[in-house]
Amino acid sequence: MLSFIYAAGGPATISPPTLIIDIALMAMLVVVAFAIVRMRSLFAIVMLQGVYSLMCAAWFVTLDAVDVAFTEAAVGAGISTVLMLSAMLLTDRQSAPVGAKKSLGPLLVCVLAGAAMFYAIPDMPAYGDANSPANTGPGMEYMTAAVTDVEIPNIVTAVLASYRGYDTMAETVVIFMAGLGVLLLLGLNGNAGFWQAKVQGQNIFSLTAPRTRILTSTEDKPETEPPAPDEAAPPKPKPKRKPAAAKKRAAKKPAAKKTAAKKPAAKKTGGKGSAS
Amino acid sequence: MNSHLILRTVSKFLIPLIVVYGLYVHFHGDFGPGGGFQAGVIVAAAVVLYALIFGIDACKVAVPPSWIRIGMTVGVMLFAGTGVVTWLLGGAFFDYDVLKYDPDHPAGQHLGIICVELGVLFTVATVMVAIFYAFGSRTPDISDEDW
Repeated sequence: MLSFIYAAGGPATISPPTLIIDIALMAMLVVVAFAIVRMRSLFAIVMLQGVYSLMCAAWFVTLDAVDVAFTEAAVGAGISTVLMLSAMLLTDRQSAPVGAKKSLGPLLVCVLAGAAMFYAIPDMPAYGDANSPANTGPGMEYMTAAVTDVEIPNIVTAVLASYRGYDTMAETVVIFMAGLGVLLLLGLNGNAGFWQAKVQGQNIFSLTAPRTRILTSTEDKPETEPPAPDEAAPPKPKPKRKPAAAKKRAAKKPAAKKTAAKKPAAKKTGGKGSAS
Repeated sequence: MNSHLILRTVSKFLIPLIVVYGLYVHFHGDFGPGGGFQAGVIVAAAVVLYALIFGIDACKVAVPPSWIRIGMTVGVMLFAGTGVVTWLLGGAFFDYDVLKYDPDHPAGQHLGIICVELGVLFTVATVMVAIFYAFGSRTPDISDEDW
């Protein structure tokens, strides 16, 4: 793929050091991608996705797209890694192996999509081509106008905030809506901001959602119910826990219940079980 | 995570620097790479780092969740408000030139861009922290074996 682009672009536009760095980064991206596909530990996969994003950012820098690289490094390697990590902690630590029969369909899709991309490569303008649509159309008009018009050295910021101010305002509103949706659906404490339940006619109310309890096995659930965590302790007298209440909470957080047992927590519940 | 003395010491030193770097990315956004969005994500990353090292409960004391609702609203209002101000000053919506008149340099453009990008910074930073709080609060603490 690289040879295609660079051969068409001509040797004059790319210096050999850049070419070497590009090829090295691309090779590392391929290696990391294969590692992600082959791995089973979700924690390692999340971390490798961050590595992938960071190398993408480095590659964008060699392409002189510094603003894109900045965003990729901050969002891709920083925030989304943490979000994936917290999502992973709610589910499982290992991904189940997929059989050969089941992976046949996705493999076909990947091969077809890859073939389509290779088919499209000759239609792409050469790297650094002065006559490409990106370098001749309205983009160039902004580039020439911004120097005398708004006198802002960073064209990206000038286009983003000044020429396309309406678009950026709508983008900000979109981010605002995303935050609003998260707040309405999940709340800041994991459950719409506060937690409440009606057990035996009594309202239990707490400012925070009860923490996920980790059980060693599903049989532990009905009898050896450990006391609720402190955050869930209601200001009102605590009613006796009934299986119905436990079931209600289990239905509320089905994914969290399935969390694989961790060692300290397992010891805790184990000790409780033997004591009772 | 009380045993990680090195992590805690280093991040105590790094977190203020990350926030200052985020502000640099914002205020220098019209000269160098970056802008409100990147700055917002960097500031949010500092908050997330604090939560990862010191725990999410300590982080909620340092950055209360009530700031999130205020911050994301203030961001959008700051952005749209800049447009309204240009409107009131007699220009078109987002016509920053009317903000500050300078005969030989469009200083209003710089002022307007800083203002709207500040709005983007507020919204992006608080929404990122909101998403992290929403997911992180549901998550059990990471035990040392998992790292």
